[in-house]
Amino acid sequence: MSRIQTCFDALQAQGRKALIPYFTAGDPDKANTVAMMHGMVEQGADIIELGIPFSDPTADGVVIQQAHLRALKNGANLSWVLETVKTFRETNSTTPVVLMGYLNPIEIMGYETFVETAADAGVDGVLCVDLPPEAAGRFRSQLVEKDIDLIFLIAPTTTDERIGKICSQASGYIYYVSLKGVTGSATLNTEEVSQRVQHIRNYTDLPVAVGFGISDGPSARAISSTSDGAIVGSVLVKEIAAAAQAGQPESAVGRVGEKLAAMRTAMDNG
Amino acid sequence: MPDNMRDSKVRNTKESEVRLNDTIDSSIDGSKNSALMNQGDDSKPWLNTPDLEGYFGPFGGRYAAETLMGALQELEDNFEKLWRSPGFQADFDRDLQHYVGRPSPLYFAERWSEALGGARIYLKREDLNHTGAHKINHAVGQALLAKHMGKTRIIAETGAGQHGVATATVAARLGLECIVYMGAEDVRRQALNVYRMKLLGAKVVPVEHGSRTLKDSINEAMRDWATNVDNTFYILGTVVGPRPYPKMVRAFQSVIGREAKQQILAQAGRLPDAVVACVGGGSNAMGLFHEFVPEESVRIIGVEAGGEGVDTGRHAARLSAGGKTGVLHGNRTCIMADDDGQIIESHSVSAGLDYPGVGPEHAWLKECGRAEYVDVTDDEALAAFRGLTQMEGIMPALESSHALAHVEKLAPTMSKDEIIIVNLSGRGDKDIHTVAAIDGIEV
Ligand SMILES: Cc1ncc(COP(=O)(O)O)c(C=O)c1O
Repeated sequence: MSRIQTCFDALQAQGRKALIPYFTAGDPDKANTVAMMHGMVEQGADIIELGIPFSDPTADGVVIQQAHLRALKNGANLSWVLETVKTFRETNSTTPVVLMGYLNPIEIMGYETFVETAADAGVDGVLCVDLPPEAAGRFRSQLVEKDIDLIFLIAPTTTDERIGKICSQASGYIYYVSLKGVTGSATLNTEEVSQRVQHIRNYTDLPVAVGFGISDGPSARAISSTSDGAIVGSVLVKEIAAAAQAGQPESAVGRVGEKLAAMRTAMDNG
Repeated sequence: MPDNMRDSKVRNTKESEVRLNDTIDSSIDGSKNSALMNQGDDSKPWLNTPDLEGYFGPFGGRYAAETLMGALQELEDNFEKLWRSPGFQADFDRDLQHYVGRPSPLYFAERWSEALGGARIYLKREDLNHTGAHKINHAVGQALLAKHMGKTRIIAETGAGQHGVATATVAARLGLECIVYMGAEDVRRQALNVYRMKLLGAKVVPVEHGSRTLKDSINEAMRDWATNVDNTFYILGTVVGPRPYPKMVRAFQSVIGREAKQQILAQAGRLPDAVVACVGGGSNAMGLFHEFVPEESVRIIGVEAGGEGVDTGRHAARLSAGGKTGVLHGNRTCIMADDDGQIIESHSVSAGLDYPGVGPEHAWLKECGRAEYVDVTDDEALAAFRGLTQMEGIMPALESSHALAHVEKLAPTMSKDEIIIVNLSGRGDKDIHTVAAIDGIEV
């Protein structure tokens, strides 16, 4: 059984929801990336979505765009991200790690090399923003062979026909994008999200986690109460940016931890 | 070609094979076998492209964020339906004739041909279109679609500003809100076009991220579209992007080649020996080439921006200087990327050619050997700009000047009975500031 499934099963048994933080690997710097991952787990993260830096993140708002740029400036690349997961795994063998990013770095590395290295490093899932299931065919089977989940997005604009198709290809969990737009957008309509999540459940037994627009304890709690998990990105990356700006990259772990802890508390006391 | 690029090219070719297999087993419902579809004649793989999933061989496709997948399908459904409808065709033809001013002339550049001492050179005068470039052809077509689809808001990216001006123009005519994203660097070097767009009522948004050129303006337009997808039509300015854009933009531009073929048959009584066009994203080139792709006696030559010279790394010669196969802006194509898959910033004196990707069909025409791709430097393009201006009284855009610069090399190697058609994709007014600055003059 994959670490992702084990994780969701355990949460369900405890009546809890998944808290899934995102940050871009190599931001604020390479030296603190593994520490950030461990810090997130300590403050209540169930799964970590680790961003693969890319020069042209077309689905991201300005906060995460700048995270990609900082990471690239720090020399972070896909090979290094994979090494980083391996280092994390030396002291954590349970928390699932999902690599999130854009297709081109994987394409240029070569699919086979990527899958081999990711499996060896202990990666549990891959989410490529610009790889819809139609185009994922063989890459997906290569990943599945190594027990790595290929995670797909469902958006507010996704038709029922597509929801069915996506669910038939998905494993791990479904990432429901709560709004039309890019990461870091503001408004979240909890009622609407709740209805969509219920609707998606008609098509799949996989857990449905929700991302985009979750910014604090109350929104994390509201979203997770109607789904299986809350994915948070921009609000954490803002803390990392502040740490970088202040010239205190090591403070990023604590700043992010504080935000996460508040969300964890709000979610568990729902 | 540097060795590392050679290696990656080899490796990437293998990836291309993998990709073909992907296409075969990727369709979700398993009922389609797209890689084998539409490829009736294996010996001529350049014909009947793209397939139903938008692939030109291994290139093209639809690599888009989920939020846009529905809108792309809606766009494709409408385009495929309307493109075949006589009513839409009649509307489009009428606009091309009375609004754009088509057909554009095919002009025999006699003096220039004689000076070069070889082939007879004909210029396809897209510079004489309304707004001064070929971009208006696909802007008119996409605007008609937007109207049919009931969209009220138009967005576009622009490099040289020609596509932005064309889009602002058609939006003004239809009374639609128009937002144009433009790299801050391009806003600086194409100030005249920025002001033209504003006069036309468009809002020009300078993009400050990344290289601050065309690539970044496409990124930003895609973000806008994902945010405002319900009421917004994205008028893309070239044959890149996810399916159906490469095919759709080609369809709207293919009038260039259809006219040129008729005109050369009328004027010279035979087909040309070569057709030449500059390649930024590749829309003016595909517009001219499409009609000639099946005519195998015609050499097809695309000219990329060699910038400061391909050895300097500061160029936009993706195809001719050994770019990699990768995925950028929704399609698989030939791109300038480093070994980590990060996009490399391109460089060219002409904003319209300053792009690290290229239309997927060009990548395919090159891979299957139907077309050749070469590059010329900034300096060569500038010399051709001056040459044509002084010899024919026609001032070409700096983009088009790249095609002319290659013709200056090609024509003397051909005989006086041979014919070259070169696409004069736009006029040079917008570039006078750039050229003057190089001359040390402030205008
Ligand atoms: C006059 C002119 N020619 C060529 C181009 C390059 O675009 P494409 O390669 O799509 O024709 C541009 C783009 O702005 C242009 O303005």
